[in-house]
Amino acid sequence: MSVLVNKNTRVVVQGITGQAGSFHATQCLEYGTNIVAGVTPGKGGQLFLNKVPVVNTVHDAVTEHGADTSVIFVPPPFAADSILEAIDAGISLIVCITEGIPVRDMAKVKAKLKGSKTRLIGPNCPGIITPGECKIGIMPGYIHRPGKVGIVSRSGTLTYEAVWQVTNLGLGQSTCIGIGGDPIVGTTHIDAIKLFNEDPGTEAIIMIGEIGGDNEERAAAYIKDHVKKPVAAFIAGMTAPAGRRMGHAGAIASGNSGTAEGKVKALKEAGIAVAPTPSEIGQTLFDIYKK
Amino acid sequence: MDIHEYQSKDLFAKYGIPCQFGRSAATSEEIISATEDFPQGEVVVKAQIHAGGRGKGTFIDGYKGGVKVTSSKAEARTIAQKMLGNTLVTNQTGPAGRKVQTIYFAQATNIQKEYYLAILLDRATSMPVIIASTEGGMDIEKVAEESPEKIIRLYIDPLLGLQAYQARLIAYSLGFEGEQVKQMIKLLMNVYRLYDEKDCSQVEINPLITTPEGNIMALDAKINFDDNALFRQPDIRALRDLNEEDPKEIEASRHGLNYIALDGNIACLVNGAGLAMATMDIIKYFGGSPANFLDVGGSANEEQVTNAFKIILSDPNVEGILVNIFGGIMKCDIIANGIIAAAKNVALRVPLVVRLEGTNVALGKKLLQESGLPLVAADSLTEAAQKIVELAA
Repeated sequence: MSVLVNKNTRVVVQGITGQAGSFHATQCLEYGTNIVAGVTPGKGGQLFLNKVPVVNTVHDAVTEHGADTSVIFVPPPFAADSILEAIDAGISLIVCITEGIPVRDMAKVKAKLKGSKTRLIGPNCPGIITPGECKIGIMPGYIHRPGKVGIVSRSGTLTYEAVWQVTNLGLGQSTCIGIGGDPIVGTTHIDAIKLFNEDPGTEAIIMIGEIGGDNEERAAAYIKDHVKKPVAAFIAGMTAPAGRRMGHAGAIASGNSGTAEGKVKALKEAGIAVAPTPSEIGQTLFDIYKK
Repeated sequence: MDIHEYQSKDLFAKYGIPCQFGRSAATSEEIISATEDFPQGEVVVKAQIHAGGRGKGTFIDGYKGGVKVTSSKAEARTIAQKMLGNTLVTNQTGPAGRKVQTIYFAQATNIQKEYYLAILLDRATSMPVIIASTEGGMDIEKVAEESPEKIIRLYIDPLLGLQAYQARLIAYSLGFEGEQVKQMIKLLMNVYRLYDEKDCSQVEINPLITTPEGNIMALDAKINFDDNALFRQPDIRALRDLNEEDPKEIEASRHGLNYIALDGNIACLVNGAGLAMATMDIIKYFGGSPANFLDVGGSANEEQVTNAFKIILSDPNVEGILVNIFGGIMKCDIIANGIIAAAKNVALRVPLVVRLEGTNVALGKKLLQESGLPLVAADSLTEAAQKIVELAA
């Protein structure tokens, strides 16, 4: 079982003919993802890899090819426009990979999402994967294995570390959601944890966070009141200096807000098992889930 | 991106936000011409650096205070000369201090009352928020702790912008009356316009003051910009002061590397910001001290690793390097060859521990071990961190 994406998901790749879009669309197709169309304005009529029809608009992808989910590989100056286009075309789930979108643009996108039925994952994220069924994003497929651990994370490669640890312990993942490293994201930790909590196919949850904002603290409060499944977590950035943006646009802590210490404290107070190092994320979960 | 106070005041002027009469000077000649047409009365002489705490700071030659008030133009010039080119150390600059390359002269103003005004992104709601308070001229975080009821928070719909009724609400809540309400509304609209049009991450005015004559003006100005939006703000980009940035960080950004200098002795080179932070954390966990944050991104090839090594090794404090790469799409044997070639390109003067994981990891490790280079190939991140801490000690 899974949340949000499975083998029936019909994906349109926005930016399919670009460098990142074409490379990753190919990888996703090889994994078995059902990519029904690609969008590059002006290149409608072409055939990607001789099998995926390219159209000019997301609207065409929806009406002509039944796309319900979109993945966006469009450069920062145009990415918000691509998200708005997908919302307008009636896409149910948008996964925006792009890093570097101006905050002002994302504030408008987020306001627009409020009234709509569309869910956004990202931006600045590796994507979402239900192992064995559907890979939408840039994560390496082979490290995953179908299973019952739900993973939500702001990071990319740090998530892969956790995934690989879980896989090597003989467990598997139901769905992994990369929510991204920006200050404004479409799906927060709580949003993902709610889905995992309600998914019969997810029995345990791993939550990976980092400095900046208070999403982890809010998630901790939610978990304390609503989640009975075992939850393990890791927070990156204990050693990050105050006031600096650590790579991710959203990874910035000031004196007393958004710090790693504050997040770890909130998580522990909510009864969540916190891994002391990034090497022990899988084991921390295993100890509370399987032992 | 940060800018100086004098540049912020300049932007305020462009956006119709009233400030004191002010002039900046970057040379001895400019100090003279800047003060020449200054109105009579008291002048505030301010050293321009990006850090705060300037008033209480000390210059490295012993001269005390980066903000001074004087009623004599001649003295203002003397003070400015003492500051220009000097290095100011404050509680926010670190012990090395910051070189002062510009002086800002501001006309001293009588203050009736001090307020606080800021606009920034509220992460919880993803909306811009105006924060206003009658308690200006002090640490707003203290006010928030001790008298939270004195802080007004007003959220702005990003699709609508600041509405007139919202500006009125703030003005009345701050206790303004009559003609000052109109002034305050105009000021708020202009502050929002600046925040929005220039892609600011924050505009802070502390204090915002009323004068005995009834005018509202910004006595201080702090503006920060969204780095992600600089591509579409060329006039803001032009305000960047490289002197305020670490030369290693400037060099790194030239190569598309994300690098932040810290003060430890164990450098790290990682692909992915979250993993890079976690790598710094695990180094500390095992008793070491990280020398930097470095995200090499998706391009961990020979050229990028070479550039990264050169920047890392230019830090004299570095006594060991930990490379941690999770090669998902990138294959570990390709990464290993890149690391080996890079290590040969630079003069490796410190121990190097490499931990690879992902596709073709066994082959990658084999290549590292057979490279003939003095590097250690670790199996796990735990082992890698422990090893580098041991070797760097």
